[in-house]
Amino acid sequence: MKGKSDRTLFNSGQAPALVQNKPVAYKTRRWRILVLPLIVFFILLLTWYLLVRFNIFPSYAMPSPGAVARSFWEDVKSGTLINDIVASLWRVAVGFIISALLGIPAGLWLGQHITARQAFLPILNFLRFLSPLAWIPFAILWFHIGDKPAVFLIFMATFFPLALATMSAVATIPAIYFRVAKDYNYKGFELLTKVTFPAVLPQIITALRVSYGISWIVIVAAEMVGCQDGLGYGIWEARNGLRLDSAAGYMIVIGLLGMAIDRFLSQFSKLPNVRWGYER
Amino acid sequence: MFAGAMKDRLNNSRLVLQDVSLSFGTMPVIQNLSLTVNSGEFVVMVGPSGCGKTTILNLLSGYMRPGLGSIKTEGVIRTVYQQDGLFPWLTVSENISMGLRSLKDSVHREKELRSLFELIRLEDFKNNYPHELSGGMRQRVELARALAGDSDILLMDEPFSALDYQTRLRMRYELIRLLENRPRTVVFVTHDIEEAAQLADRVLVLSKRPATILQELQITSLKPRDLTDGEVIKATRIILEKLGVLQEAII
Repeated sequence: MKGKSDRTLFNSGQAPALVQNKPVAYKTRRWRILVLPLIVFFILLLTWYLLVRFNIFPSYAMPSPGAVARSFWEDVKSGTLINDIVASLWRVAVGFIISALLGIPAGLWLGQHITARQAFLPILNFLRFLSPLAWIPFAILWFHIGDKPAVFLIFMATFFPLALATMSAVATIPAIYFRVAKDYNYKGFELLTKVTFPAVLPQIITALRVSYGISWIVIVAAEMVGCQDGLGYGIWEARNGLRLDSAAGYMIVIGLLGMAIDRFLSQFSKLPNVRWGYER
Repeated sequence: MFAGAMKDRLNNSRLVLQDVSLSFGTMPVIQNLSLTVNSGEFVVMVGPSGCGKTTILNLLSGYMRPGLGSIKTEGVIRTVYQQDGLFPWLTVSENISMGLRSLKDSVHREKELRSLFELIRLEDFKNNYPHELSGGMRQRVELARALAGDSDILLMDEPFSALDYQTRLRMRYELIRLLENRPRTVVFVTHDIEEAAQLADRVLVLSKRPATILQELQITSLKPRDLTDGEVIKATRIILEKLGVLQEAII
């Protein structure tokens, strides 16, 4: 019956072509993912060039793309850029790892004990809303200049969101998992590592990505005041020398590195034993 | 023969509720309920929704305590839930292996796992995760996990009611077949009257809250029973009558 009405509609006796929507759509999508962002990138680059070309801002305040590229190459050749990258990555890694090693267990503990939660939640929320940058004066007085104040600030910036995210993930684990766990004799530490932890792992991975983003923002500010090297310090020094071309080069590096590391962290959400958390 | 490890035989298991009453706050949920489930018996509880069927299972599993009365259980109890009882972060094979945790010998555990997979015919999905399976397959995995190892008693809380009608029919036969291979004592809660009539050795028709037993019904014909089996139809009719559904429909 349906075929008949089709025939009158399209005036064709031929069988319809096999539907091949899916593979074609997939192909174009891949193509778009590469090309569309490139188009946007070149439009932005052109806008930048035109802003400089028509002197919208004074030239000392708006370096040209070419000047940025040249100073970037100088910074690479002299080795300062590489040195700053390594310094910043090291501080973020140390601060972030310490905060994950303490924040995730703290969140697991808080999630499981309502009394602890009631006791600690207000102060955790208070500290979460306190900008880590507010700690800068204390960080420098306590830890002087170098890696330590930056690591401390990264820790202060990421510990609270990580602990709180883990805690609320634990508090919302469906009760059925614990009932099943009881039927199959999971108790104590085993219950924590084989049931509670895997049940919140997808949310922990998301929280890690978010707090890594925070730490990458905080490191730049921290290094402007507490360090003698690092990407943040590089920008600060460029400003002091009125070398905004160099500062812009550093900004581009910070953005690209941030994206790359987030890309790396996002791989964890592709692990087979956490896929369920993103597909439901 | 491995002593006690491979439970293809029925051990002594028993569930006894004696004059049990329970209230949530001031609302009585169960009043003076007495019930004995014997070894190997398949008892189905039907009743209006919200009548306290699940609460009775919670009492039997020890998840809740009665306000009054006593509960005695002999044997290892496991519960099969309506859905989402599998751990989503474990593969099918790892989920079933949870049921074999009590077996110390790894060779024996492997062998038992293989025979369970043969039983539920899901060998091809060993390394898949629960969210990659259909609802019916997931319930088969749950059944295998509950039957694995040293379990004696299965408490089943509407295990098939989240499935589509045809899958539900198939799962009834599947359950009967699995229990033929691995006999267990079963307490099964459902709102599906046909299901009760097809599966039960004994049906308990429960009243509205607070739950009391309105009627006990023995069904003796051999399993698996067809939907159109004379005894199934007779039992369905009695249950409907006791629940008051027939009268309401006619009025």
